This record gives sequence, C-alpha cells and structure tokens, in this order.
Amino acid sequence: MNLLALIGGVVLAFLAHVGRLTIFAGTALSHCVRPPFFPRLILRQMVDIGFYSLPVVGLTAIFSGMVLALQSYTGFSRFSAESAIADVVVVSLTRELGPVLAGLMVAGRIGASMAAEIGTMRVTEQIDALTTLSTNPFKYLIVPRLIAGLLMLPLLVLTADIIGVAGGFVVSVYKLGFNPTTYINNTYDFMKAFDVVSGLIKAAAFGFVIALMGCYNGYHSKGGAQGVGAATTNAVVSASIIILVVNYVLTEFFFGT
Amino acid sequence: MNNTPTSAAPKIRLKDMTKSFGPKSVLTGVSLDISPGESVVVIGGSGTGKSVMLKCILGIMEPDAGVVEVDGEKVIGLSPVKRDAVNAKFGMLFQGGALFDSLPVWENVAFGLMARNRRMSRDEARTHAVESLAKVGLTPDVADLAPSELSGGMQKRVGLARAIASKPDIIFFDEPTTGLDPIMADVINDLIITCVRDLKITALSITHDMHSARKIGDRIAMLHEGKLIWIGPAADVDKTDNPFVQQFVHGRAEGPIKMQVRR
Repeated sequence: MNLLALIGGVVLAFLAHVGRLTIFAGTALSHCVRPPFFPRLILRQMVDIGFYSLPVVGLTAIFSGMVLALQSYTGFSRFSAESAIADVVVVSLTRELGPVLAGLMVAGRIGASMAAEIGTMRVTEQIDALTTLSTNPFKYLIVPRLIAGLLMLPLLVLTADIIGVAGGFVVSVYKLGFNPTTYINNTYDFMKAFDVVSGLIKAAAFGFVIALMGCYNGYHSKGGAQGVGAATTNAVVSASIIILVVNYVLTEFFFGT
Repeated sequence: MNNTPTSAAPKIRLKDMTKSFGPKSVLTGVSLDISPGESVVVIGGSGTGKSVMLKCILGIMEPDAGVVEVDGEKVIGLSPVKRDAVNAKFGMLFQGGALFDSLPVWENVAFGLMARNRRMSRDEARTHAVESLAKVGLTPDVADLAPSELSGGMQKRVGLARAIASKPDIIFFDEPTTGLDPIMADVINDLIITCVRDLKITALSITHDMHSARKIGDRIAMLHEGKLIWIGPAADVDKTDNPFVQQFVHGRAEGPIKMQVRR
C-alpha cells in the first residue's frame, strides 16, 4: 500500500475519533445542565469513585510521601540542605504527585470499571432497553459518572495530599531524626494555598477525563466480551495518557513563565 | 403480495425503508402496514436485517431513507421529547432479556413506569411491578431477586412483564423463544398471546422459530435480502408456493436461499 495513503488513513481515523469524542463530551455536558437528573445514581457513583478509591489512593500517597522524603534526604544531605525536605515533600505532593498519582490510580480502578460496565450494557442491549423505556442513556449512565468524577477526584486528592505529607513526616521524624515541630512548621511555611488549589483544579480535570474516557469507550464498545475487554484497556490507556498531557498543559498554565 | 391489512388506518406503517452499514445494504426498501390489535411476525434468516428493522422503528437506529409512521405520525427525526412520547406507546422484549443487572427484578419491571411518571412513589411502582410479574406467572418473591439469579426462561418472563408493565399500545418481540427449551418456549408463546389478546396490543415479532411464528402471528412476513418478499395470513405460510418461504419454513439447505458462509 502507498505509504502516504497509509499515513493519511491513520490521520483521518484519528481525527474522526477525536471528532466523535468531542461530540460525545459536548452531548454529555449539555445533559449535565438539563433535567431530569438522577440524584441517587450520582450519589452511588460518588461513593464508588470517592469512598472505594480511598484505600488505593491513600496507600499510593503515603508511600510516595515516604519515598520522596527518603530520596530528598539522600540528595540534599550532600549540600547540607536537609531542611528543604519538608518543602520538597509538600510542594511536590500538592502540585504534582498527589493529583497525578491519584488520577492514574483512579483511572485504573474506576475508568476500567466504567468502561466494562457500560460496555457490557451495550453488548447485552441494556442501553437499547433504556431508550425504549423513555430514558436517555446519557442522562442515566454518563452524566452521573461525569459529575461524580468531577467532584470526587479533588476530595480524593486533598486526602492524598494530607496522607502523603504525613508519610513524609513519618520518615523524616522517625527514620531521619528530624524534629517533629520543626518539620511541621517548615511544611506550613513552605506550603502555599495556590499549590493546593492548583492541584485540586488538576484533580477535577483528571476526574472528568477518567469518567469521560471510561464512558466513551464503554458506550462505543461492540463485539461481545472481546470488545468489552478492548474498551476497558482503551479507557485506562487513553485516560492515563490524557491525564499526563493535561497535567503538562495545566502546569504550564499555572506555573509557566 | 398482501401488504395492506383489511382494516382502517395502520398502527405502524413502514414505507420503502432502507438502511446500510458502509457498503453493506441491510434493508433495501421495506414496506409494511400493521393494523391496530394485529400481531405480525417477521421471519427470515440470520443477518437479513430483522433486528435492524425493529431498531429503526424503535428509534434506536435511524433509517437512511423511507417512512416510519406510528398512529399516522412520522417518527423519523423527531426531537428527543417527541420521540420519548412515541416510545411511551411501545413495549419491547429483547432477545436476551436486556434486564439491568444492577437493579432487582421489580425495579427492572417498574423502570419504564418510574421513567415516564417521575412522581410515582417507589412503593406504588413496586405494587405495579408485582402485578405485572403475576401476569406472566411469577410470584412476588421473585421481585427482590437480581436478574442473574433467574433462569433464561424466567428472565424472558421478567422481560415480558417489563414490556407490558406500562400498558403499551404496541409491543415488539425480538426472538422471544430463542434459547429456550420447547416447553418454556411454548409457555412464552402462550403468555405473548394472552398479553396481546387481553391488553388488545398491536404486536410485531421477529423470529426464526416457525412454531412460534404460526402460533403468535395473525400475519407472517418474510424478510430476504433487505425486502419483505412474502406477506400473508399465518395459516397460509405452509400453503404458499413461494420457493423462498417454502425453503425457510421447511428448513431445507437446498433452495433459492444461499447461506452466506462469509460476511
């Protein structure tokens, strides 16, 4: 096959995919502000995304904070700059590691489950059944997940920030011998409200991306169990990549020179 | 071809409906009138477009061309609100049941009721659901089970209870007896006949099962290569000299219908 035709075909397929995703997101957002709403479903998704993701996000945060303190000490001790550890831990966690790691973990847990659930509903005609029962699938399936993702990721990240800083504190105080009061004071001195806020804004964006990619891939899955499997994989991979891209864009926006 | 039923205005009218997927033409001009209270069964081989035809009527798919009328109203391209009003006249029994796994049986049955009347309390909806379950021979203790706890036959019955729960004007059956043992298939056929007759519902069914087609249909139509090639009273399906119908009815490999072994 002609190489140019091959490249052109790939580019056209990619653009068509982006177009479909944009239309899907636009349709979903338009349904977010139009009744009827399903508060019970939104609440259920909030519990699924927020509460049940807490253990995995908490574990990720605490070990990240601990490793960060340990690694920073290894590097900073060469320059007698150990006092900056509290700064590094709190700034890294609130600005970057908290939102990104929580986003990636939730993408794996929730994005996959959304794609699998909606994909199964698609291939077993449950989504068609919704339409015949006068229920818009976007309102019933997509909107609750998008709203829950948007609201719960910032709460998860706020919790992850606290747990991560606590992890850094534990290693710094009990392993590296820092004075606890000094460490906490340093943390407070170096932490800026904007660092936390920017991380929470990122988290809201990541929550939206995770729910969108999970729903989009599930909604368009076809071909039985294999199709649902592919949709699940695509949901996690695409959400993870988009999270990293969006993270760069938002970091550039908030902190770029 | 006897396409036009004897009575007055049709409940459902399809005229020259076409639908393609890429280069593959699935429906190439389907025309059919269904009278109020009539039960029409569409037969045809796998992949001939029976389900696509049904989905085009239900609004799940949009036909490429042609007309779909319900009670004299053209329903293609309606706004979502108007489409919901049309769909409120419909009940649908899906081939696999399409019950919602995340909801207990009673919520599955009452789903359409609660969706169309959002002021209905859950207690009231549950009462209606249990009544509908009774109509299909299921006891109230089934109401709180999950769909995954039911056998295939019971899932079909729950699907039928869901389809009749909101007292539809028109009901669609997609392969209602597929995958069931002969006794359960006949039970489902009897339930369909009872529901359609008692509730005076117009019915459109698609099936491969000729025993079921003869039993539940007033008229039978055969879909082949995207067109209805024969329509007639159910009693005539065994008498017709149409070679396509003959081959299908008698399940012969030899004949004018050549089975595609590749897509």
